[in-house]
Amino acid sequence: MSSALTDRQWLWIAAEFYLVVFLTGTFAQVRGRPHSSVFNYLLMVVGYTCQLMGLFLRGRAVGGCPLGNYFEILQFTAWSATTLYLVIGVTFRSSMLGYFTACLTAALSIVSLAIPSWDATRRTGIFGGNPWIEFHAALALFSYGVFALLALTSLMFLLRNYSLKSKRVGGWFSFLPSILDLDHIGVRLLGAGVTILTISLAVGAAWWLRKTESVDVLKILATVAVWAAAAVVLGLRLGRKLLAGRFAWTCLVLFAAALLSLWAVNASRHPASPAATAVVKS
Amino acid sequence: MNEPGLFVIGATHHTAPIEVREKLSLGAEAAASLHAELGTMPGLREFALVSTCNRIEFYGVAETAEAAVCVQAAFCARQRFTVEEFEKFRLSLRGRHAVQHLFEVASGLDSQMLGETEIFGQVKEAYAAAQARRSAGPVLNRVFQKTFQAAKMARTHSAITEGRVSVANVAVDLAVNIFGDLTGTRVLLLGAGEIGEKTAKAFQGRGATGLTVASRRLERAMELATSLGAGALPFEHREAKLADFDVVVGSTSAPDLVVSHGATTAAMRKRPDRPLFFIDLALPRDIDPAVAGLQNVFLYNLDDLAKIAERNRAAREAEISKCRALLTERAAALWQQVEPQIGLLSRPGAGGSPDRLSTPDKVSPA
Repeated sequence: MSSALTDRQWLWIAAEFYLVVFLTGTFAQVRGRPHSSVFNYLLMVVGYTCQLMGLFLRGRAVGGCPLGNYFEILQFTAWSATTLYLVIGVTFRSSMLGYFTACLTAALSIVSLAIPSWDATRRTGIFGGNPWIEFHAALALFSYGVFALLALTSLMFLLRNYSLKSKRVGGWFSFLPSILDLDHIGVRLLGAGVTILTISLAVGAAWWLRKTESVDVLKILATVAVWAAAAVVLGLRLGRKLLAGRFAWTCLVLFAAALLSLWAVNASRHPASPAATAVVKS
Repeated sequence: MNEPGLFVIGATHHTAPIEVREKLSLGAEAAASLHAELGTMPGLREFALVSTCNRIEFYGVAETAEAAVCVQAAFCARQRFTVEEFEKFRLSLRGRHAVQHLFEVASGLDSQMLGETEIFGQVKEAYAAAQARRSAGPVLNRVFQKTFQAAKMARTHSAITEGRVSVANVAVDLAVNIFGDLTGTRVLLLGAGEIGEKTAKAFQGRGATGLTVASRRLERAMELATSLGAGALPFEHREAKLADFDVVVGSTSAPDLVVSHGATTAAMRKRPDRPLFFIDLALPRDIDPAVAGLQNVFLYNLDDLAKIAERNRAAREAEISKCRALLTERAAALWQQVEPQIGLLSRPGAGGSPDRLSTPDKVSPA
């Protein structure tokens, strides 16, 4: 499959669609009007398709899932968050979730595209042709996308909680989902994120045990710390020890920690098989 | 009023006080009987009757100048009201103004509770009744059908119906903001007063089925519970059972607090992950204000709810001119279509029998 546009051009187009959703949503909020959830959803679908095309072209160029530098990691995380929104957004009919998702994905996409140094080095064959390692990496990043959406629903929860406690329920607060719905979405997203990350780490661990020198301790520590933190938060929530606003704040911190851990993961990247790996300077 | 053509005569909450509207209101049987009488009235080609608690209006198409006067006389005679007295409270509009008025009525712009949507259904029912009795003909068919389109357009393109403007409905909206779907929500009504009852009914109207009434007088609680199809709870058990409810409506006349901070804290320990919403409609207040500081507990008192209702009302009022402009434009366009049609009626030998309404040629839609 050939394309007249480059992978980065596709990704720029996707970012612009996400930005349009965010801007039209903001305009609607300022005017105190509900924005068209169907129209925005369609725009998100178009943006998502363009991003998928861009990631597909990049993946083909690097010979695997495009997770070789910060740019690719952020793009993949944004794509994961959008994937989930497109499923969850329909289920919960939450146009505000689309608005916040567009805000996050536009920010992640534009920042990653705007900093050329993050995409200066393109590693090819970073998984050494091992589909299980690739699966592990893709799942891990997908779980980070889940945590991104969790952070958004947590933010919406905090805004809704603030509006109800402070008795400012009019304006654009009225478009937020209910407290209970947001809480339920948050618990389910956290559960999904922990499950996906657990599977990812289990797959990664199986290969790491065979070749312990292939992965840096820093990377293992960072990833396991995020997983353990998420699992503890989930346990506390299910045990009704961490609730409402405190749970929402913790989820926001968890996503920030997950983003920070990407630095450790990327900085300590080792090729699975040096012979199969190449570095391309763009 | 003494001209042929489209007219509306009646009385509304703008023109008549409630005591007069009570006397003018028509029951179902009286309305049917009046319909039959007007159906045989010479010179009255079409008519429809809109009757609600806030208005009684006759929309008609008169072939002669006397027809509207006769409608008024027939109505006054039936209600044992003198014509002179009725004219003090009378609304009387003709032609384009009558169309504009109907547009405003159907879109809630003329309602006592500005922007309410119930009136739309009532106008639809009035039109359906006119059709069923074959008193709506080409002119009224077109006018009413365009009215429904205009009212929908006005609601879509303005914020005239946005936000609740009654305390009870504001409280229910807040509960929706907390719980989402109210179907499984359990509501405890403390006190059996009128405002509490209205709020309980508003909750039931939005799907809440688990309603319990607790009043200091158990027999009153039982009575209200029966009328609402709810359960009753001995008043002294209210705090011990607090954890079983999602929404607590306080509307007693008790001089002291009836739900304490301690009891609420204990209840929340049993249900920490489910919000508890207090609606305190009582004066003096029923719910300890300190509960508002608890996690997952929300407290709104009468002032809070009234402020929100007032804000919503103000927002609706700010939309009046926009909404009216939209309707005026539509009414003028419709009048341009209808006026020539009405002009044909006054010509000698215009279609159908001139004296009777119940002729089949008048019921075909425009």
